[in-house]
Amino acid sequence: MAITQLSLFLNNQPGQLVDAVSAISDLGANLRAMSIAEANDFGILRTIVSDPEKVYSQLKERFLIVRNHVVAARMDDRSGALREILDVLNQANVNIEYMYAFTGSGPEEAYVVFRVNDTLAAEQMLQAAGIDTLNDENLKL
Amino acid sequence: MKRYYQPEIETAPRERILEIQNEKIVRQVRHVWDHVPYYRHLMEEKGLTPEDIRGVADIHKLPFLSKADLRDAYPYGLLGTDLKNCVRIHSTSGTTGRRVVAFYTQADIDLWEDCCARAIVAAGGTNEDVVQVCYGYGLFTGGSGLHGGSHKVGCLTLPMSSGNTERQIQFMMDLNSTILCCTPSYAAYIGEALAERGYKPEDNKLKAGIFGAEPWTEEMRREIEKSLGIKAYDIYGLTETSGPGVAFECEEQAGMHINEDHFYVEVIDPDTGEVLPDGSQGELVFTSLDKEAFPLLRYRTRDICVLNRKPCSCGRTHVRMSKPMGRSDDMLIIRGVNVFPSQIETVLLNEGYTPNYQIVLDRERHNDTFDIYVEVSPDQFSDLMSQIQRMEKSLESALRTMLGIGPKVHLVAPKTITRSEGKAVRVIDKRKLHD
Repeated sequence: MAITQLSLFLNNQPGQLVDAVSAISDLGANLRAMSIAEANDFGILRTIVSDPEKVYSQLKERFLIVRNHVVAARMDDRSGALREILDVLNQANVNIEYMYAFTGSGPEEAYVVFRVNDTLAAEQMLQAAGIDTLNDENLKL
Repeated sequence: MKRYYQPEIETAPRERILEIQNEKIVRQVRHVWDHVPYYRHLMEEKGLTPEDIRGVADIHKLPFLSKADLRDAYPYGLLGTDLKNCVRIHSTSGTTGRRVVAFYTQADIDLWEDCCARAIVAAGGTNEDVVQVCYGYGLFTGGSGLHGGSHKVGCLTLPMSSGNTERQIQFMMDLNSTILCCTPSYAAYIGEALAERGYKPEDNKLKAGIFGAEPWTEEMRREIEKSLGIKAYDIYGLTETSGPGVAFECEEQAGMHINEDHFYVEVIDPDTGEVLPDGSQGELVFTSLDKEAFPLLRYRTRDICVLNRKPCSCGRTHVRMSKPMGRSDDMLIIRGVNVFPSQIETVLLNEGYTPNYQIVLDRERHNDTFDIYVEVSPDQFSDLMSQIQRMEKSLESALRTMLGIGPKVHLVAPKTITRSEGKAVRVIDKRKLHD
């Protein structure tokens, strides 16, 4: 369960991001979500793509790339929706390293991606609380 | 337990050592003058004759020999005796320019093996030991040198040569090796390989290791000692002076005793050639006092060291040299501190990085700036910024500890560092543009 996130190490220079994004689109993969963490000399581009296995195996020679699991929780389009999700994680004593969000293909469909210290526990607690989470199969669409 | 191989010379009073050196240098200079026209010519250029050298106090008058001389004189130009008196050659790896070929008479081999025997006994070796030699055998001096020394001590010698770790481990365990001789990096590798196969440090019978032929740090020593359950001894030498055994560590593990009855040592300023007082950091220069076939006088090793003449509690009276800190030909002076790229390389390897780096020096308002670009390897990359920044901080502090000054570390993607003709450009010094 959970979804696969691919993170790429990019030098902090013009042209680096477009290189990475082009490499993904050249493979016909769809970029579902992304976020950049920046430092002085480099950035970490974190992506959710439609076919992580293919993108990883094709890009690992060209880029410094790492795979890991993150939780993608479905969030309703209303006030207080994020808070409910965070409450669940908080009660389970799950620590959030970082998060970002993306919209789904349907109307009023949004997801929050969480990088947490215990992916399995987070996902089980969310599901028990009736909050939907995604797996890699859901992303292939 | 036998502590010395040749106690009468290893613990001789300083006056006795000086006496031996004075006797030998007069004879050696005469020998070189008579047999090596190349060096005789260098002496004549300085207006010197053998009569000018009446003892080691006069050695500073003699001309230096460098790697360039060895290349110019290749292959026979520095030969000190007829080829018919020679019994062997050894050769350097030849990674920089032309190979160096060194010649040996039987007497040269004997004195070299004596030096190695001293190192083995200093590491606790006796005729009851099983010495596993996994330095390369062949043109490289490492294998033959320790092999000969091991024979002299009467140890059971396993002439393994390098590589084939599976077989090394099998012989080590089945034949109960007690002393391991190889490069420190190979020792570390064997340690890891043993652990992978489920062996604990106490499962082997090793008690000591004699490691050399490449730079290594105190951290590496501790790691090797822990993983193999041994005491690790450093050994120093170079093909030009015979091979390993020019200097070796005793149980104090605080500098290597130079075999001064065979090799006279000086430390010089690499820029001016001036002999420096004891305790100064400078380039090591060796004079072979009694080698016949390849009698190099004042050979500049390019290794930067410090000599220590304080008496050693092991009882040996011979001067100690520090681990080489780097090579004089690539030394950088940054904010007044001597920095060697090899030191940076050592830290990177210890911290788990690949040795792909670039040093950039510049000047900002009359102050040197010191930046190191380091390629991140797949093992270290993480999606967590905090983890990468922790690694970066730890690398910066390890570099500061090693160098004495703090560089700014920049992590970059693999294969970003400029390579010219396949070899990475290690140093970009922009300070010269401002001078």
